[in-house]
Amino acid sequence: MADRERRISPPYGGVFVPRTRVLDRDDVARAIWRMAHEVIERNHGLDGVVLVGLQTGGGWIAERLAEALDSIEHVRPAVGLLDVAFYRDDIGLRPVLPEAVTELPSDIDGAQVVLVDDVLFTGRTIRAALDALHDYGRPRSVQLAVMVDRGHRELPIRPDYVGKNLPTRRDEVVDVHPEGVDLGEMVR
Amino acid sequence: MRHLLSSADLDRDDVEALLDLTDSFVEVSNRAIPKVPALRGRTVATMFFEDSTRTRLSFETAAKRLSADTMSFSASSSSVNKGESLRDTALTLEAMGVDAVVVRHRSSGAPHRVASWVDVRVVNGGDGWHDHPTQGLLDAYTLRGRLGPLDGRRVAIVGDVKHSRVARADVAILTTLGAEVTLVAPPTLLPPSIEGWPATAVHDLDAVLPEVDAVVLLRMQRERMTEALVPSLREYTARWGLTVDRARRLRDDVVFMHPGPMNRGVEIAPEVADDPRAVIVDQVRNGVAVRMAVLFRLLAGEGPEPVADVVSDGADDRSVAADLSEQPVGAGDGGAT
Repeated sequence: MADRERRISPPYGGVFVPRTRVLDRDDVARAIWRMAHEVIERNHGLDGVVLVGLQTGGGWIAERLAEALDSIEHVRPAVGLLDVAFYRDDIGLRPVLPEAVTELPSDIDGAQVVLVDDVLFTGRTIRAALDALHDYGRPRSVQLAVMVDRGHRELPIRPDYVGKNLPTRRDEVVDVHPEGVDLGEMVR
Repeated sequence: MRHLLSSADLDRDDVEALLDLTDSFVEVSNRAIPKVPALRGRTVATMFFEDSTRTRLSFETAAKRLSADTMSFSASSSSVNKGESLRDTALTLEAMGVDAVVVRHRSSGAPHRVASWVDVRVVNGGDGWHDHPTQGLLDAYTLRGRLGPLDGRRVAIVGDVKHSRVARADVAILTTLGAEVTLVAPPTLLPPSIEGWPATAVHDLDAVLPEVDAVVLLRMQRERMTEALVPSLREYTARWGLTVDRARRLRDDVVFMHPGPMNRGVEIAPEVADDPRAVIVDQVRNGVAVRMAVLFRLLAGEGPEPVADVVSDGADDRSVAADLSEQPVGAGDGGAT
């Protein structure tokens, strides 16, 4: 978990203490491999497909997904990075700071955008991401890939590609990284 | 960060956080639609008791790119002419529901006074000879963009240091980032004492130039001549101006800066102002992004005080923690926003 994310996760200044390893390194690789196949199946190939990782947790997953797509189809889709801090609906309610700069491929008009994030929770980040994308252009479609869907949605948003459905309590924390997926708590 | 009143209030972490945040706003400014909804519904007022074009426009542009509403107040066209005091003016703006006010005033300390009277975020937009923190930040951002980290980099600030709030802001912020600052000016244009300043002062520009990584030229005001602080502008240019000849002797990677408005031909030769090493236009462009960062930090960056200490009963009904990027608002409300 990035330092910055740790700083903004209540209790502020807490430390993430993992309790259970939900997926190991190989499980993560297999999930990415499966999602890559699903992306190709859904889009009948990779024509116009652009992967957009959400800063910062989605960035490396988007990269890994692009590698997998490349080795299956021998085409590497464009990969972008999007930070949604300025589009969040909780500005002023919690610390909101951008995690990194947005870098999108030059033109997303007409693209089949696949948003990629590590964890889908309330859905508010994805709502913000849809608003942000809209400021850059008009994609033909927007799909959503997440490594973990942990439930507790507050908005009518659902993922198209899921690495793992993981029922959680609200106060638990899911930590997704290349070595695996951990479930645990923030402890002060 | 509640207000931005003085450059000296910012420690290294604050400055670096603001400059990093500026990167994101430079990206926003480069888009086809350079606008984000971050400060929708907030109002930013500029309260200028002194003439200024670029600073006011820069703040207003910054606020608009963040989707804030802007109100503009200038002394020349307002009730100040009818004798309204600074305090009453500030209270009036507060009563109108302004969230942040940018204050420029010819008296040093005016923004501090305003901050003590009203419950509104206050940004110092330049006060007397005291400070101009957003100028210091934008100069630091521009320099960092050209030179990389500023630790150990040598910056000469040349010209009317005595009357310059830009010089004071630059000294504070650049040295906070580890730069070594030398002030270069005729004795009459240096403050009576620079004791306590983290900078050295010299009179001979040519002795300093071979060692510098950046030169900040200050505006030479014509009034200084009538005050007999310099014998003539020509004499000033010959000894302290960045002339074509001096520029030729500087390395290719030395950066020339000027806060504007420039007197071409006085503190900087016209050709030198258009030299590729001059970043004067970049300074203006970066100024908007830096001010977006400041307004965002003041109005949105922090949110309420951490609530974890307040909420302590029962683990299950508090939204203590969440995943990496999508957590509900951390209050004892089950995460409703």
